[in-house]
Amino acid sequence: MPTRKERLAMSRTAMPTRPADERRNDFEEVALGFDAGAVVTEASRCLLCRRPPCVDECPVGVQIVDLIEHVAEGRFAEAAEIVAADNSLPSICGRVCPQERQCEGACVMGRKRDPIAIGAIERFVADYIPPAAPAAETTGHKVAIVGSGPAGLACAGDLARAGHDVTVFEALHELGGVLVYGIPEFRLPKSVVADEIGRLEAQGVAFETDVVIGASDSLDDLLVTHDAVFIGVGAGLPRFLNVPGEHLIGVFSANEFLTRLNLMKAYEPDSETPIIDIGGLPVAVFGGGNTAMDAARSAVRLGAGSVTVFYRRSDEELPARREEIEHAKEEGVVFELLTSPLELRGNDEGKLTSVVLQRMELGEPDESGRRSPVPLEGDTFETDVSLAIVAIGNAPNPLLTNASPDLEVGRRGTLVVDDGGATNKTGVYAGGDIVTGGATVILAMGAGRRAAAAINEYLVGA
Amino acid sequence: MSFAILATEPLAPQVTRFRVSAPRVARSHRAGQFVIVRVEANGERIPLTVSDADADAGWIELIVQAVGHTTSVMAGLGAGDELPDVVGPLGRPTDVEAYGTVAVVGGGVGTAIAYPAAVALAAEGNDVVAIIGARTKELVILEDEMRQVAGQVIVTTDDGTKGRHGFVTDALADLITERTIDRVIAVGPIPMMRGVAEVTRPQAIPTVVSLNPIMVDGTGMCGGCRVLVGGETRFACVDGPEFDGHQVDFDILDLRNRAYLEFEACHRQEPSDAHA
Repeated sequence: MPTRKERLAMSRTAMPTRPADERRNDFEEVALGFDAGAVVTEASRCLLCRRPPCVDECPVGVQIVDLIEHVAEGRFAEAAEIVAADNSLPSICGRVCPQERQCEGACVMGRKRDPIAIGAIERFVADYIPPAAPAAETTGHKVAIVGSGPAGLACAGDLARAGHDVTVFEALHELGGVLVYGIPEFRLPKSVVADEIGRLEAQGVAFETDVVIGASDSLDDLLVTHDAVFIGVGAGLPRFLNVPGEHLIGVFSANEFLTRLNLMKAYEPDSETPIIDIGGLPVAVFGGGNTAMDAARSAVRLGAGSVTVFYRRSDEELPARREEIEHAKEEGVVFELLTSPLELRGNDEGKLTSVVLQRMELGEPDESGRRSPVPLEGDTFETDVSLAIVAIGNAPNPLLTNASPDLEVGRRGTLVVDDGGATNKTGVYAGGDIVTGGATVILAMGAGRRAAAAINEYLVGA
Repeated sequence: MSFAILATEPLAPQVTRFRVSAPRVARSHRAGQFVIVRVEANGERIPLTVSDADADAGWIELIVQAVGHTTSVMAGLGAGDELPDVVGPLGRPTDVEAYGTVAVVGGGVGTAIAYPAAVALAAEGNDVVAIIGARTKELVILEDEMRQVAGQVIVTTDDGTKGRHGFVTDALADLITERTIDRVIAVGPIPMMRGVAEVTRPQAIPTVVSLNPIMVDGTGMCGGCRVLVGGETRFACVDGPEFDGHQVDFDILDLRNRAYLEFEACHRQEPSDAHA
């Protein structure tokens, strides 16, 4: 074991990635993951803090120090069990969590040096040995989960482990929610999601696709056949810019663009779902979050002539994971910061041809604490665009809440819940984006786990 | 889970009625709602309006015109075949109240969508006048079914081979001068629905049209089906598919439905439903 001084002298092990010139031509995974040697080396840098701030910052409370200690000793199977105890989807979290704002952001090593690569270590462990499904004694209680995204899957995993009879209902024809329709293959391979779902099935979780709760069955129907219900339907209603020209052909919500590619595999020759041919043409993406990066990098892979991200604040405020921003830049995505679209223009066939943008500057901080963008009067410009992708967030999908008028809904259409995710309706819990509005995979998972604990308490007592 | 085709019946050239096992949809369905169907493993998701349903028997009926790749593949299926995915019922049901006299106008295969509305309106005590139009005699569908629920049925054909020679809009224009019409529901190709809305606009007769934009998920997630109604962006899948015909921007609907015509030429995405 290296001494403390030796640990401090070691530099962070870089995540191996495929070269930008190669990966920009396909949809295969970009980050390749550590091998056994690299993961032990990186884990051995950890100072093994006695009061680790990284654990406090993990939304699902993974015992990170314990995990890393086992990895450093090469005890990968035990490490996998440690992760699995708190995280039912570790292969996914290791890939898509914003670690720089959570565990790695809090890492003591990161104060003066580079933080431990906790996300990459978690990913290695999760991919290396699938955690065995602990057998649970059945309780006889039936729980319905609405939505198979990260909140629902995390909730299902914990409830199955507690011995409950869990069925997950999914509206789409594939399981995984945003993990399959939203996040692209190159960032989160569908096989990883399928493996995680396979582990849940091995734990006894049942899945039903093509069921829209609120349409196919009502919430009250579910409560007749189940003892409790968890709602994790996400924030699936795309926001638009509300500028002229938004109905032109070639203007997409990021949801539609990504769904056509990820869920419907429009980039594969035998898929029957089309995507507009953007070979050699200019593409604009509006927004600066992970979804905007996913859309921009997908457009690169479709052979766009140029891909530009237009974001109304500055680089510092870009909400995307830093790694995604860097990867996007490496792949040739251009960032036009401090710009905001005013109008989309088209030809007489109704097809998008250009966008007019307003240059902005940063003013006073707004309610989110970020400096708000203010238009620079008269400073506008027009640029050619053949495809525009609007990635400025999603509102909660009103389908279920409209169909269940007795559920208490907040100002922005989100469900109102207590700390454990309980809604105002007995036996009905909720978590994830339907409660918070658009947030991250890991926050949704955390909410799913808290709700699972509350549901367990409701069903069997503390 | 897959969805068995129980029976098929040709209604007109290229037009087939499918009876499909879909117990959940059958139980929850109301007039005006649709399902999203996938026909093949790598297939696109297309919306199809439910024309009839039996909750006890667990089936729904879909009337499909073979116009693009997916509907053509579906047309080749028969009893015993299975559809990999049928999900719904989606969209808001038709508003059904006691309005008085309601003209239900169906153009082409749009009649398949107008029919369940006619049934529901008649059941609510409305006097239903059905106007069903088609290009030519062979394409007139559901005439007998409409006669069961409508007090008056007017058939029109563009070429005069059956019923009145001309368009449904001509028949409607005469009808509203002959008797009091309290409400109009129109389902059919875009030019026909636009025409109906113009016929009823001067008298401000409430006019509902059922829109047919391209969809992917059908649950509000993609926004591909957005339409402009009264100057506001609405999603046909969750806010519709029925809207106030006097408020709909048909130009934008028409343009957006042409987005994939180049793909259509090599068999790709078709505008939704039987409106073509």
